[in-house]
Amino acid sequence: MNPVNNTSSDQIFSAIQEEAAKRRKANEEAPGCKIHIGMATCGIASGALETKAAFEDALSQRGIEARIHTVGCIGHCYAEPYVIIDHPESGFPPIFYPDVTAGKAKMLTKLFLEEGDPRLEHILGATEENEMIPSVMEFPRFNLEKRVVMEKCGRIDPEDIYEYIAEGGYTALVNCLRRTPAEIIEEIQNSGLRGRGGAGFSTGRKWELARQTQQKDKFVICNADEGDPGAYMDRTLLESNPHQIIEGMIICAYATGARQALVYVRAEYPLAVKIVHTAIEQAKSLGLLGKGILGTAFDLEIEIFEGSGAFVCGEETALIRSIEGYRGMPRHRPPYPVEKGLWEKPTIINNVKTLASVPPIIENGAAWYREIGTENSPGTAIFSVVGNVTHPGLVEIPMGVSLRTLIFDICGGIPNKKAFKAVQIGGPSGGCLPEKFLDTPIDFDSLTAAGAMMGSGGMVVMDEDNCLVDVSRYFLDFTQKESCGKCTFCRIGSYHLLDTLERLTKGEGRETDLDQLQQLSEDIKNGSLCGLGKTAPNPVLTSLRYFKEDYIAHAEEKRCPGLTCRALIAFYIDLDKCARGCDACVGVCPTEAIFTTSNRKKGVDQSLCVKCGECVVACPPEYDAVEKVSPPGLAPIIERPPEPLAKKIVS
Amino acid sequence: MLTLTVDGKEIQAKKGTTLLKACLDNDIYIPNLCYIDGIEETAASCRLCFVEIEGEEKPVTSCTVPVKASLKVKTDTPAVRRLQKTALRLLLSVHHVDCKNCPANKKCALQDMAKFLKVGLKPGHLQHCLKEPEIDTSHPCLDYYTNRCVLCGKCIQVCLTHNGQPEITFARRGFNTVVSFFGTAKNEKDSCDECIRCVDICPVGALVLKSSP
Ligand SMILES: Cc1cc2nc3c(=O)[nH]c(=O)nc-3n(C[C@H](O)[C@H](O)[C@H](O)COP(=O)(O)O)c2cc1C
Ligand code: SF4
Ligand code: SF4
Ligand code: FES
Repeated sequence: MNPVNNTSSDQIFSAIQEEAAKRRKANEEAPGCKIHIGMATCGIASGALETKAAFEDALSQRGIEARIHTVGCIGHCYAEPYVIIDHPESGFPPIFYPDVTAGKAKMLTKLFLEEGDPRLEHILGATEENEMIPSVMEFPRFNLEKRVVMEKCGRIDPEDIYEYIAEGGYTALVNCLRRTPAEIIEEIQNSGLRGRGGAGFSTGRKWELARQTQQKDKFVICNADEGDPGAYMDRTLLESNPHQIIEGMIICAYATGARQALVYVRAEYPLAVKIVHTAIEQAKSLGLLGKGILGTAFDLEIEIFEGSGAFVCGEETALIRSIEGYRGMPRHRPPYPVEKGLWEKPTIINNVKTLASVPPIIENGAAWYREIGTENSPGTAIFSVVGNVTHPGLVEIPMGVSLRTLIFDICGGIPNKKAFKAVQIGGPSGGCLPEKFLDTPIDFDSLTAAGAMMGSGGMVVMDEDNCLVDVSRYFLDFTQKESCGKCTFCRIGSYHLLDTLERLTKGEGRETDLDQLQQLSEDIKNGSLCGLGKTAPNPVLTSLRYFKEDYIAHAEEKRCPGLTCRALIAFYIDLDKCARGCDACVGVCPTEAIFTTSNRKKGVDQSLCVKCGECVVACPPEYDAVEKVSPPGLAPIIERPPEPLAKKIVS
Repeated sequence: MLTLTVDGKEIQAKKGTTLLKACLDNDIYIPNLCYIDGIEETAASCRLCFVEIEGEEKPVTSCTVPVKASLKVKTDTPAVRRLQKTALRLLLSVHHVDCKNCPANKKCALQDMAKFLKVGLKPGHLQHCLKEPEIDTSHPCLDYYTNRCVLCGKCIQVCLTHNGQPEITFARRGFNTVVSFFGTAKNEKDSCDECIRCVDICPVGALVLKSSP
């Protein structure tokens, strides 16, 4: 399509912008203070609804005028539920409070909002530079990040399109309507943007292939299936700033010549579905979607398709099948969806993060984007960092930052003085890397070379108390269940991998197991039809490569070095440390395995113990008498005294 | 007609055919289970028909490769055989090997491939594992033997091609995937009785008419 009648689209949009600016000004100038609360799924799960209700109650009780502003997620999961309180009259800058429970909300309403005391012991920092309070930007968790995709997340109300527009939203679209599709694609190609759904394919090239096909009725699909266990960046984006994604989709459709688009989002994301739905309606009502977008001849409809939550339906060909109403099974590629996709029409499938990267690229130019990240992987990467780190959450960093910086500087390192053991990157398709890879730069190619994968951005950090055999078992359990069952290697091969790993974790390993794991993993990787099967053995292959000693200990010594595989560990009570007469552990044991010895200390009856570890938690830290060992034979045998004696002592 | 080289021998093939079919037509056997002649989009699910093509790093499934002039193909390399043997062993590890009581005995694709690839019918290192129930008898005129089926999908495909709306389909996921008569109305009896294309195409003895053993 050729650019058409732009003066009018510019005029229409400036009117919208003016309205957005007016509303923003009105909000800013409204009297009273502002309380911003993160209300994405993560916030709600940690109690943000209760926090909000508590603020509302306390405000009305005390007759304080304040505006509660619900925003999305800023990615600082460790701080949820968080609020930012902007109370200009108090003389303080806006302040970030972590862990704001309902009780804390009431307390802050009284002490800060009413009496002007910000209770500095509860703050994380100020959100603006100032003379009085250290800014959160002094923390690496804030200042080492680089926000491109998540820039507006947590700052705007995702259910109010004007807030996005007031922050510069939809200007990239207006800018695109002035250019030809070819120019836009050239810009995207020059930016070097690579798909964030895992494979890292050039987005510009995909769009160009789609643009060039002669067929009509093309589709754009935003892949928001996000099935990896532990990954939630796409959900966060959908819930925190849906318009940036929608804007990316509109630009993609304009550039490739598509007139219909779909957001494929899993039904398990009800809040995301609702928010995207609202966003689409609002964009339509302002003429940014629908017929004749901003007065041009360009039409686009966006619909939502709710997937049923199968991991494999994130794979593009299975995704298409499932929209068509069939069983979500991948098919051989080529033909790729750009040639033959939904209803056999050319279909451009991009990940949420890929599409959300488009508006900033258009707005700031390809050269600006190339400045961020590395030569072959420009831009930023978003990781959900979880596991044994002090500050878990969503982190957006420039590509090329090392794993060490991400884990130790940005996420605060390993808590409880434990040592780093491994980092699992890329979810069930990714791999586990040991310490020697900590200086690996995070980009598509370096991670692949190390045997891991960018994947969709899941990252699990593990300390010394983790067992890599068990971690592999966990991921194989997932992929094995999620295999679509179509092809031989994945359907049956992953079942045998899991079976072998389960035997190892139970101490039933066989001599041939390690070789079989290796060989079978290689064959599944080389033989499977789709990416699920091809990558499913990665957790096994990398852990076999880098943590072979864990496997050997399980197979040959029936020992679990991470002390996690229940069948291979035992708990016992160190009689030198156990305090006579204390019975803190007795009550917590679900199977009454703990008995009193003849000199009134405690012992564990191994035949009853289910290895839940409750006694470890219950034992007072000053005694710290419960020990965990592997193999179980290392636990000293403590005789249970004959019944009558035990009874007498207890009474 | 195009000319390509397979295992050092020049063969002729019609444009538009797949490499697998071209080889089979020229008496070059490549193990296969899921390929159906004449159906445009192959399932490529059995993962047995691997070959090596000059210029490609890894073995590829020959049923998904359209023939091209000057292709140089090898059907018998160590990498190809390794994948084929593993695939067959995997299939056998979940197969109820009971040839003398199976209607497919002596015309069974698994027996043929085992002989060709020199793989024993017993699973070896792999844990043998069978699914429940052994037989699905819910269809008015067909019985389905869960532990004979190799899930090639041919029965579903022919049914779809012939009837538009297939009477049988895959059900469940992963290891538990089975062919199911889901949705088959009882009055399908007559039409199924007359058709039985699925029974005829099954490369093993997994779908049988109720009257036969
Ligand atoms: C098993 C499997 C699951 C996948 N899941 C997702 C997903 O949840 N989200 C996603 O964007 N891409 C997923 N992909 C990748 C898609 O097939 C596709 O490559 C991607 O959506 C393309 O978008 P991009 O170019 O923007 O990365 C998955 C691939 C496989 C093999
Ligand atoms: S690799 Fe697994 S998920 Fe992919 S087609 Fe094969 S069985 Fe299905
Ligand atoms: S019943 Fe026969 S044709 Fe159908 S999937 Fe099983 S093996 Fe293939
Ligand atoms: S015949 Fe090619 S994969 Fe089955």
